[in-house]
Amino acid sequence: MNLGRLFRSPEAVAGFAILGLLAAMALAAPLLFPGDPLAIAGQPLLRPFQDWALPLGTDRLGRDVLAGLFHGARTSLAVGLAAAAASILVGSIVGTVAGFAGGLVDEVLMRITDAFQTVPGFLLSLALVSVVGPSLAVVVVAIALSAWTGPARIARAEVLSIRERDFVASARVIGMNPVEIAFREVLPNALPPVLALSSVIVAAAILTEAALSFLGLGDPNRVTWGGMIAEGRAVLRSAPYLSVIPGIALVLAVLGVYLAGEGVVESSAAREGQA
Amino acid sequence: MNRTVRLLKRRLVGSIPVLLIVVIGSFLLLEAAPGDAVDAYVASVGGDAGMIEALRQSWGLDASPMTRLVAYLWALLHLDLGHSVAFSRPVLDVVLERLPNTLFLMGAATALSFALGTALGIIAGARPGSARDRFLSIGSLALYAVPGFWLALVLTIVFSVELRWLPLSGMETIASGKTGLARALDIAWHMVLPVTSLGLIYFALYLRMMRAGMAEVWRMDFTLAARARGIPRRRIVMSHVARNALLPLVTMLGLQSAQMLGGSVVIESVFSVPGLGRLAQEAVGSRDTPLLIGIILVSAVLVIVINLLVDIAYAALDPRVGASEASA
Repeated sequence: MNLGRLFRSPEAVAGFAILGLLAAMALAAPLLFPGDPLAIAGQPLLRPFQDWALPLGTDRLGRDVLAGLFHGARTSLAVGLAAAAASILVGSIVGTVAGFAGGLVDEVLMRITDAFQTVPGFLLSLALVSVVGPSLAVVVVAIALSAWTGPARIARAEVLSIRERDFVASARVIGMNPVEIAFREVLPNALPPVLALSSVIVAAAILTEAALSFLGLGDPNRVTWGGMIAEGRAVLRSAPYLSVIPGIALVLAVLGVYLAGEGVVESSAAREGQA
Repeated sequence: MNRTVRLLKRRLVGSIPVLLIVVIGSFLLLEAAPGDAVDAYVASVGGDAGMIEALRQSWGLDASPMTRLVAYLWALLHLDLGHSVAFSRPVLDVVLERLPNTLFLMGAATALSFALGTALGIIAGARPGSARDRFLSIGSLALYAVPGFWLALVLTIVFSVELRWLPLSGMETIASGKTGLARALDIAWHMVLPVTSLGLIYFALYLRMMRAGMAEVWRMDFTLAARARGIPRRRIVMSHVARNALLPLVTMLGLQSAQMLGGSVVIESVFSVPGLGRLAQEAVGSRDTPLLIGIILVSAVLVIVINLLVDIAYAALDPRVGASEASA
């Protein structure tokens, strides 16, 4: 990756700046706001910029909005990254096995992929969380369950072309175990186009997590931006800032992921074009 | 027409195993949920321990999982999706009652996002790399980053709470006694915000696809030939470039349908539109797993049907599609 070229695009710079800020917020949350962000911090429905001890004001129950914003960044980033990592891992394994094994295995795995793509992903996540019960781990699994199909398809398409190459043939000739060929020779070479998709997957995961917690299906013991927006909805007329502030954080986070991802893909595409 | 029929037949046969996998998945989810169909039935209708035992036996719930899966499949074949706890009615009845509202919302939102995305995509793709193109691309990306439920809330704050131009929620004015055209206008009035929220989020996808497609066509020889012949740029953009880039967007219509169904859950919840999505949220709220699974099954069938229709439309628009199926 050519960092000079990456940072020549203003969009990529903006994207990485936003992501850096979010990561700093997430890491600093327990240091700056060591107390429980769900605890009462002051009088309820304090407007922003009134009291400098609570710069963004408080919600209906008197909880600190700024503390919620920082702790919410932790949840959003953690769930987004974990769910994206899980979907890419599962997707590339399924795709590699399907593409490399071919035949009946391929047919069965691809029909399963079709089935997962036929069911609206959000409904699937909703159903799983509602049946198993909301916790951070379940939310991660539920999001991954609806997002692994994209990586699986791309990995399979890559593997189909890679498995015909000479180095795979030579690995066969020297008597390498097929499982070893699939995962040590083929899979690493099939990964780049799958990873190019990761920013879209992370962004979708953050949005899905927010929508789930907005509907009351997030981990009840954690602050989430979606949950804060839902909280603010009850007082939408008198205190719209309670829904607007965490929403802006969400939009910035997702936009940051998109812009950074696009910057990386474009700069590596430009490098390939030059070579 | 023969070509279309052949394509249709192949797609229909192909969707059977997919649907079967969806059903098995639903069955597993139902099994994982606490309580079974009898608990659900008794909770809503009432009954004593003896009746519960008898029902379990007569519904075959004491049999092995394999037998139960077969029974479940058999019931589904007879369009029996089980019993809803929350509504004390068959699941299918409740779902079918709500389906038209969701179809209406989805259809209008799809039309909005397709029209807006294509139009702005043509403006962006007319001169790839221009300031206008950059602005539209970044702007649409920013909209795509907005969570649907939040956009819905912000639009509500602006247009219903502050400006009081549009109704806050619901599908129509309750007990207004309106009929005919007046009622249709009332519903349309209520649906402006839900349709706009849902449509605005997804139009970026069409814009970006249109733009990318046009950038590709600009590099082709026939575009160069058209320019060499001195055809006005405006005409090249419309009848050469945009026209050729438009076709792949039709496929996107089908692929988008599953995502839009998911998106309608939150939008319908925010605006209290009595559709499938709001029903799903109600099912979650009242722990009504049979109803939730029923909604998933109906949505899966809906997605398959929409994709089939899109395939047919595509085959009608592009004579190359399916032409190779004769030899395959």
